Amino acid sequence: MAVRVVKTIRFGLQTDVDVVAARRGVTAWAQEIGLSVLDRTKVVTAASELARNTVVHGRGGVMALEIVSDAGRDGLRLSFTDHGPGIPDIALALSDGYSTGGSLGLGLPGARRLVNDFELESTVGIGTCVTIVRWKP
Amino acid sequence: MERIPIIRMGRCLLVTIQVDMYDQLAMTLQHDLTEQIARQGSGGVLVDISALEIVDSFIGRMIANTAAMARVLGADTVLVGMQPAVAITLVELGLCLPGILTARNVEMGMALLARVAASRV
Repeated sequence: MAVRVVKTIRFGLQTDVDVVAARRGVTAWAQEIGLSVLDRTKVVTAASELARNTVVHGRGGVMALEIVSDAGRDGLRLSFTDHGPGIPDIALALSDGYSTGGSLGLGLPGARRLVNDFELESTVGIGTCVTIVRWKP
Repeated sequence: MERIPIIRMGRCLLVTIQVDMYDQLAMTLQHDLTEQIARQGSGGVLVDISALEIVDSFIGRMIANTAAMARVLGADTVLVGMQPAVAITLVELGLCLPGILTARNVEMGMALLARVAASRV
């Protein structure tokens, strides 16, 4: 059965202050679908990591936030899209401790551990799209 | 520019973070705190994050770096009030904040700072 999109909202991501607004949006909808405090904290933290990546590495972009429903199960789906330089080696970027931005290199692999579904598409010179889903158990 | 207030309590500095952290704000706090430690000759810093709903890798790294800088300047840092969900998420993210002193609340944090200060004499 196909995943149904209940509603969608988009957040522009150009600065670190936009990251805060995006985080607040995720918090509000996580509460709306009744995620536990722990699941909400995990998905908001993952969103914060990926939104920062979009701003810092992707030269800005967009977060699409959706409430989705699959066979009566609700979840939050977040897609981060940028038109930045892209990721040449996705496997390397997903490994712990790899960083090009002088950070700890926990953003992508860490965000992946905090959600149920994680998809990353990237083309060098075109951009990157990361999609995550956190389902309500 | 928005700033997080730093309160002086004797030889200690108290920082209560009550707003959503963004990267520039965290960097400003790091700068202000190291300046204050040097100027006041503070021996301890208490950082209360009980109002923070998330700590991501950037904010976590800023906290760890600030504590390391404070130590080099002669001050110990105790992090207090972390919410359980934040602790679980931080460790799952891969950030364990090694070398950071922690306590459950401000009162216990102040007691810990006093013990550490006494042990350094």
